[in-house]
Amino acid sequence: MASFAKYIRLVVGAWAFFLVVAASMPANAQQVNPTASSVKEQQLLQELNRIQGRVSIPDQRSGVLEQPAGRDWREFRNVTLRWIGGIAILGVLALLVIFYLSRGMVRIEGGRSGRTIVRFTAFERFAHWMTATCFVVLAVSGLNITFGRPLLLPLIGFEAFSEWSQWAKYAHNYLSFPFTIGVVLIFLMWIGGNIPNKADVDWMKRGGGLVGHDHPPAYRFNAGQKAVYWIVVIGGTAVAVTGYELMFPFYISGIEGMQLAQIVHSVVAVLFVAAMLAHIYIGTIGMEGAFEAMGSGTVDINWAKEHHSLWLEEQNARAGANDARPRATAAPAE
Amino acid sequence: MARMKFLCDADRCIECNACVTACKNEHEVPWGINRRRVVTINDGKPGERSVSMACMHCTDAPCAAVCPVNCFYTTADGVVLHSKDLCIGCGYCFYACPFGAPQYPKVGNFGSRGKMDKCTFCAGGPEADGSKEEYEKYGANRLAEGKLPLCAEMCSTKSLLAGDGEIIAQIYKERVTKRGYGSGAWGWKTAYRETIES
Repeated sequence: MASFAKYIRLVVGAWAFFLVVAASMPANAQQVNPTASSVKEQQLLQELNRIQGRVSIPDQRSGVLEQPAGRDWREFRNVTLRWIGGIAILGVLALLVIFYLSRGMVRIEGGRSGRTIVRFTAFERFAHWMTATCFVVLAVSGLNITFGRPLLLPLIGFEAFSEWSQWAKYAHNYLSFPFTIGVVLIFLMWIGGNIPNKADVDWMKRGGGLVGHDHPPAYRFNAGQKAVYWIVVIGGTAVAVTGYELMFPFYISGIEGMQLAQIVHSVVAVLFVAAMLAHIYIGTIGMEGAFEAMGSGTVDINWAKEHHSLWLEEQNARAGANDARPRATAAPAE
Repeated sequence: MARMKFLCDADRCIECNACVTACKNEHEVPWGINRRRVVTINDGKPGERSVSMACMHCTDAPCAAVCPVNCFYTTADGVVLHSKDLCIGCGYCFYACPFGAPQYPKVGNFGSRGKMDKCTFCAGGPEADGSKEEYEKYGANRLAEGKLPLCAEMCSTKSLLAGDGEIIAQIYKERVTKRGYGSGAWGWKTAYRETIES
């Protein structure tokens, strides 16, 4: 009896073993490759040019694993921007020097009349100089970030250059606020006089009177000044928006947005600096009697007659000063 | 001299975050900063992979190239380090880095995010090796003690490898040959402009 039970057990055991082996056979035959269905680095990079996932640490922004786009930005920052900035700024400076040497200062042809007219109020001048002062500091500290390392660092050494750049960075960040306020004030104060009109077409056709002794008529702002106005308003808005995006990382966009913001910010900024060099030139050594408009706020009647004849007429009509009127109307004809 | 590199074998990483913890503890990294993190791609889906990532110590490092004050330097071991005394916290390295390595102690605080902090490959900074100043600014200098980065040393599955680039590439290649599969050395093409053929 016992031997029969043993026999049964052996048979059952043999069958059980056979079944287990048979069941596991297909699995053994198949080569397991867990990477066959896994995510692939190159494929992910080709799809989005960045690889993103989940992280278990609190800083969810660190979920971006890889984004090689920094390479393109690096090329822009170290090569393209330096060419754009260098050509724009040195180009304008060269043109101004050539212009000054050939044309010299634009004189008041009629000489000073000794009588003046108010051109900018104290508030207008305050807004202008607040914006201008901030602009100069922002421009110098901004150019330092792009051109300081190749130009200034070798001259003053690592420690001094870092110290200066640190202060320049703080100035750049904090002065952006009064600068932005200034741009807003400029936009609101002078929008009335800066809408392009027919007089601008004529002014442009006659080259603004830059060459020769022509004095095309202009209202309060001529086409050149209107261009400066819109450069300040549009350029100022662009640098302010992109600047704040960079100053507050991740509030508006991720790193790819910040790279783009830096590109817009820097290109607009170097062109802005180049344009302002021309503005500074014509407001100082380029033209007799121009600086006092923003200095004391008043200009000589003869200066106004030559450069802003239509504006002078308007002012005279408003004030009812009949005295200056006939001569003012005669001005454009000369 | 060896050319030091990191290699994360994504087929072995189990997202235990021991490397993250080891790094934070070894260098007493301040709150809010993680020099290393583990990113899980396709989390919970088939084909999910986790990759431990920190500064890859790139060849021709983009951070060093764009730094306005030139505060980065590469050691004889190919480790990319920076000087916190020279850093002005402008954030440029952080725009250029493909791996999100640069960190700032005060993110979002405009104008004063503080000095940049990143993985040093456990190699400290420009101060004297093992000095108190070096430890306070950059953390431990294990390389100077003849040790490799703690994150890789601690890795329970030996997924994260750190050391001479040729040796760790060899280890990885042998693994791939033996087990018959491998999803590649993540980040190598971007960081070192080379891949490990498997």
